[in-house]
Amino acid sequence: MTKSHTYLINCASLPDGSTVNLAIATGKIREISHAELDHNGDETVIDATGLLLLPGFVDLHTHLREPGRENSETVLTGSQAAVRGGFTAITAMANTNPVADSAGVVEQVARLGREAGICDVFPIGAVSVGLRGEALAELSAMAQSAAKVRIFSDDGNCVSDPLLMRRALEYVKSFDGIIAQHAQDPALTKNAQMNEGQISSTLGLKGWPAIAEESIIARDILMADYVGSRLHICHLSTAGGVEIVRWAKSRGMKVTAEVTPHHLLLTDDLATSFDPIYKVNPPLRRSEDVIALRAGLADGTIDIVATDHAPHSLEDKECEWSAAAFGMIGLETAFAVVVEAMIKTGLMDWARLTEVMSTKPAEIAGYANHGEISAHSVANLTLVDPGEVWTVDRVLTASRSLNTPFHGMEFTGKVKHTFFNGVQVVNHGELTGRRYEES
Amino acid sequence: MMDTVASPRHLLSTKDLSLSQILEILDTARELGRITAGPMKKLPTLRGQTVVNLFFEDSTRTRLSFESAAKRLSADVINFSAKGSSVSKGEGLKDTAQTLEAMGADLIVIRHSAAGAAQLLAESGWVRSSIVNAGDGTHEHPTQALLDAYTIRTHFPECENSFSGLHIGIVGDILHSRVARSNVLLLTTLGAKVTLIAPPTLMPVGVESWPVHISYDLDDALTSLDAIMMLRIQSERMSELFFPSEREYARDYGLGNVRLNLLKDKAIIMHPGPMNRGMEISAASADNKKSAILDQVTNGILIRMSVLYLLLGGNPVPVEGVLV
Repeated sequence: MTKSHTYLINCASLPDGSTVNLAIATGKIREISHAELDHNGDETVIDATGLLLLPGFVDLHTHLREPGRENSETVLTGSQAAVRGGFTAITAMANTNPVADSAGVVEQVARLGREAGICDVFPIGAVSVGLRGEALAELSAMAQSAAKVRIFSDDGNCVSDPLLMRRALEYVKSFDGIIAQHAQDPALTKNAQMNEGQISSTLGLKGWPAIAEESIIARDILMADYVGSRLHICHLSTAGGVEIVRWAKSRGMKVTAEVTPHHLLLTDDLATSFDPIYKVNPPLRRSEDVIALRAGLADGTIDIVATDHAPHSLEDKECEWSAAAFGMIGLETAFAVVVEAMIKTGLMDWARLTEVMSTKPAEIAGYANHGEISAHSVANLTLVDPGEVWTVDRVLTASRSLNTPFHGMEFTGKVKHTFFNGVQVVNHGELTGRRYEES
Repeated sequence: MMDTVASPRHLLSTKDLSLSQILEILDTARELGRITAGPMKKLPTLRGQTVVNLFFEDSTRTRLSFESAAKRLSADVINFSAKGSSVSKGEGLKDTAQTLEAMGADLIVIRHSAAGAAQLLAESGWVRSSIVNAGDGTHEHPTQALLDAYTIRTHFPECENSFSGLHIGIVGDILHSRVARSNVLLLTTLGAKVTLIAPPTLMPVGVESWPVHISYDLDDALTSLDAIMMLRIQSERMSELFFPSEREYARDYGLGNVRLNLLKDKAIIMHPGPMNRGMEISAASADNKKSAILDQVTNGILIRMSVLYLLLGGNPVPVEGVLV
């Protein structure tokens, strides 16, 4: 029933400032026009006056915890959080239990995503068996499976063995795969708790030096260039890392990089509270790093924003810092945080925001139905109110976990409506309960 | 933290202590020492109050010191040792603290291997009790710094209200030392010149921003020190590649007999204990007349009495010989 439903979206603004009207039917944008569209009478009409129309956001870094830790998140609840955040495609990281290192597990995740039916869920495959960094997982089997995996990552762990990394980079060339590296030299970060610097030294928490990230980024950029493969750097967090990627791009090397919303806004001095809500991997860094990350995202050195949405149960956060789990949720706040860090500061305009949150991640991952708004494109889009002021309340999250560092913070910019394959899945910020069903 | 001047509820870090608060703690300790040196060895001031020693990490000395302090003030004492269950399952902290409070704790003395554990307990809202940090990981150990300051003051009576003019050296594993962190904050608030002396591998990153002098050369600083604090060096630091061998460490950073003779006449030797004789400190140095190491132990009880007394708002210190 939902598939044939039609919508008229009136008076939506585009990033360029113009106003359009939009008709959605049979899952696609039937018509997009500056002129008024005909009204048949049975369409749902949405008055989008004052709202900004953007292609649905695309996240290349999402932890969904299913299978294995369904108490923290499931594919369904993660999808719900995603669409409330304006995302129409998310990419499930492989560090589930069992690990997504085989065709069976990635197909299971993809199937759960289809069953949820409110956004696309694309699984990432592990690079190594069990994320152990020893033997290559069956990358080709995952690529050829029904899940059609193209991105591989041991995220959570670094592929630290240079030979394994080289082989993985080479191996995925046959199906145009990408290795997404979690850059963290394990020997330099054993038991590390937070960014190494003045704050960690004062707090007596074991430091996590920037060089542990930067040395791996440098190594892998050189290696990917040498073997001619595609490398993606996950959650860049240091000023030095930005410099290295900038250098690589100036040489024309095939590297892409992401930054998380939280690394664009928060700094390591939050750890002085010893509240593990601020414990995350990679750790929050210095304000100098935040400034460099923002500049890198604005000038194109960093290609995309990715949430690294990492749900954790209360038990895993309500404890001593060193006992707590790493990670924070971020799907529902990503847009507002990027607005805060990049738009309100004047560093980026809406067109660039569209690139970093939708167009470019869709392009990197090859998600054909995302990142575009045009006549006859699949209707994966979101309408945001760029001026709405709201306060984050963790209790209201659709995620099964509450570990947002932004609780109680006020932001400007809110996701109002989200459409997935032409189905309105979010209406005025709330889940509609509708889902897309394949014919 | 000793919140404001008015009525501090917790002692978490020496950074929270103003000069006047430090002097109040030191003066109260002295007064309590004076009284209990007389015929009344035990004061009734905390009668009916319960102090819990919540020790997630072994430390018999610190626990005994707090226990003696509480008992001399007539508080009831509950000792809880949760060694092993510490960081492996964090929920233990919340549940254990709440359980002990349900048994009637008024003040919790917490020792924990995780930095920030005391602050977490004080600020999480899990318990209402006053919290005293008795050492949290490699973060802080404020009562140790207070007893060190007390000890220095007894040896330099001319520095009663300010340590300005005193040069204090802290030698050894600064990186992993909660004693060093608490002392840096406390001694500099008191006006002392503090020099940290360690190999570069055992200096914290960013230590240049601390209000201290830094030296990699013990002999360089030695002759100008009024007090030298030797920190315990743990042999596992060697396997973590912080220094090549015990022999080399002792040669470069140990207080051996040659260095002992280079100290100023009035200088004192301190060590938070337990000592590795022959490693960071030679037997002759530890037992020398300059050594204030046993004074530190004695003073520790007085400082902890003072802290418990001030936090629990005990009855006024009684005039000698008068029961209250």
